[in-house]
Amino acid sequence: MVLGTYKEVVAARSTDKQIQKIAQDGGIVSGLFCYALDEGLIDGAVVAGPSDVMWKPEPMVAMTSDEILAAAGTKYTFSPNVWMLKKAVRQYGLEKVGTVAIPCQSMGIRKMQSYPFGVRFVADKIALMLGIFCMENFPYESLRTFISEKAGVDFDLVEKLDIGKGKFWIKTADQMLTIPLKETHGYEQNGCKVCLDYVCELADVSTGSVGTPDGWSTVFVRTDAGETVFKQAVEAGVIETKSMDDVKPGLGLLEKLATDKKTKAMKVIDERKAMGLPVPFKGSGEKEDPLANV
Amino acid sequence: MSILARIKSFLGMEAKPDKEASQEEVEKVAEEKAKPRIGYIHLSGCTGDGMSLTENYDILAPLLTDMVDIVYGQTLVDLWEMPEMDIALVEGSCCLQDEHSLHELKEVREKAGLVVAFGSCAATGCFTRYSRGGQQAQPSHESFVPIADLVKVDLAIPGCPPSPEIIAKTVVAAINGDMDYLQPMMDLAGYTEACGCDLQTKVVNQALCIGCGTCAMACQTRALSMTNGRPELNSDRCIKCGVCYVQCPRSWWPAERINQDLGL
Ligand SMILES: Cc1cc2nc3c(=O)[nH]c(=O)nc-3n(C[C@H](O)[C@H](O)[C@H](O)COP(=O)(O)OP(=O)(O)OC[C@H]3O[C@@H](n4cnc5c(N)ncnc54)[C@H](O)[C@@H]3O)c2cc1C
Ligand code: SF4
Ligand code: SF4
Ligand code: SF4
Repeated sequence: MVLGTYKEVVAARSTDKQIQKIAQDGGIVSGLFCYALDEGLIDGAVVAGPSDVMWKPEPMVAMTSDEILAAAGTKYTFSPNVWMLKKAVRQYGLEKVGTVAIPCQSMGIRKMQSYPFGVRFVADKIALMLGIFCMENFPYESLRTFISEKAGVDFDLVEKLDIGKGKFWIKTADQMLTIPLKETHGYEQNGCKVCLDYVCELADVSTGSVGTPDGWSTVFVRTDAGETVFKQAVEAGVIETKSMDDVKPGLGLLEKLATDKKTKAMKVIDERKAMGLPVPFKGSGEKEDPLANV
Repeated sequence: MSILARIKSFLGMEAKPDKEASQEEVEKVAEEKAKPRIGYIHLSGCTGDGMSLTENYDILAPLLTDMVDIVYGQTLVDLWEMPEMDIALVEGSCCLQDEHSLHELKEVREKAGLVVAFGSCAATGCFTRYSRGGQQAQPSHESFVPIADLVKVDLAIPGCPPSPEIIAKTVVAAINGDMDYLQPMMDLAGYTEACGCDLQTKVVNQALCIGCGTCAMACQTRALSMTNGRPELNSDRCIKCGVCYVQCPRSWWPAERINQDLGL
């Protein structure tokens, strides 16, 4: 199963006009967090908040809808959100923590929940993990380099960054620039090259732009906890949904990209193993399904 | 609620109701399986590991009275002679200048089926690695080593202290003979030279780090921060407990267990 285990997959977006305006895609992450906060399903959420440096996120604990919204939108560089979880529990005293995670962060969190060696009473307080799809992530200086050097734009003028249709999009107040993804490959961090997870297979609910039209998101509901929140939010009218069969490009493209990512990573894993380098995942010959996340 | 069900709900494991054993099954297991005989051996450690064990308030009484037999342990059992045991939890590193500790450790190895390095001092040496002697009350005590340097260790549970949850989970797994869950702890029995710099040498240098921040979250002494998406170690604060590397998703990866826990 190249898209992981899930109960349901739909096209969806937040019905809130303000969220639609500022969110990256369908505003699923912000919409669900705001709803979960309002309903008391979570006491706060760890998100990738703004910092003094443009496009360089800092993990933060958001306790209000305004703080959730201040962190909306994708920043294509590291935001070590898992770091903030302990603070959310210890310093902010949260009992029910929400968090947004790219696949590799979800792996850190889930491993900590299954094997909480030194992590005392944090694992049981993660109430809602919203996962976002991820093909790769860039060191901050990589982003700077291809935005200021290749696209020739001042970082401070950039209003939105996006990846889609084979291009890296850079939007400023008065222009839209693109760099072919072929040219940004090679700038990503190395650890991504052995990453087998595209659609955040371990999240409660995972979401991304691929598969659905602009302004909408693809949403996988995976766990019981995820199903509860998502269903309630849809029933409350906070999120609207459409069948994946009725939208373009649909699941096919997602399956293709997820398969490509896993196939490429598997090749790198096999090569690394042949060189005697460590990788936490098995080689293709050691497992039943060569594309499984093990 | 049955004991197993209580433990499962305490550990947040109730997500997979189809796997929940029925009351009769639990009773059958309780009847058939002799309770494991557990001993607690205290070498050079601060008692934090034992205190962490007792933090399992919700399940401690049934755990200690119904599920295991504590057969040996200072302050726990009034017994001078070390008996045969199924599982021995060893807290603390071993001081090479302390004959009594050396002797006790050798004896534990002979008397116990499974020797568990319980807590980072026993598993990795932890902060006792910094000992250099010259302190009251025993100025000549200067070298403290993880117990695996002296005897064969079957399982290591690092943590300074290990969390109450991992202790409960490990005990339950041991009682149920759930070797899959224990496997990583068996693998960790060889991990004795722990340090925060493992992140640099074994993860970052190996082109595996993805900047998730799990290591910095897990560090119990705040020796780690994240700078430009990579862990940065303040070695003055590092106590060599090994927890950062053990929790890193890029050191080892228990995929099947996680899927099972999540019901995926
Ligand atoms: C590095 C990266 C690569 C991605 N690659 C893809 C891809 O290939 N295909 C695809 O379909 N989608 C990808 N996404 C996901 C996509 O960009 C959106 O984040 C997702 O669709 C959620 O949109 P939304 O409108 O629901 O969220 P919003 O309501 O806009 O909220 C986004 C949330 O993500 C958090 N966030 C932003 N940046 C980061 C970060 N760097 N690390 C952790 N959390 C962050 C924000 O704090 C916010 O809470 C990627 C995201 C990241 C961070
Ligand atoms: S590609 Fe994988 S490893 Fe890289 S940032 Fe995305 S989820 Fe993390
Ligand atoms: S836990 Fe995450 S940030 Fe820390 S070393 Fe491992 S991969 Fe890197
Ligand atoms: S950095 Fe922290 S977690 Fe890692 S070994 Fe040192 S004290 Fe332990």
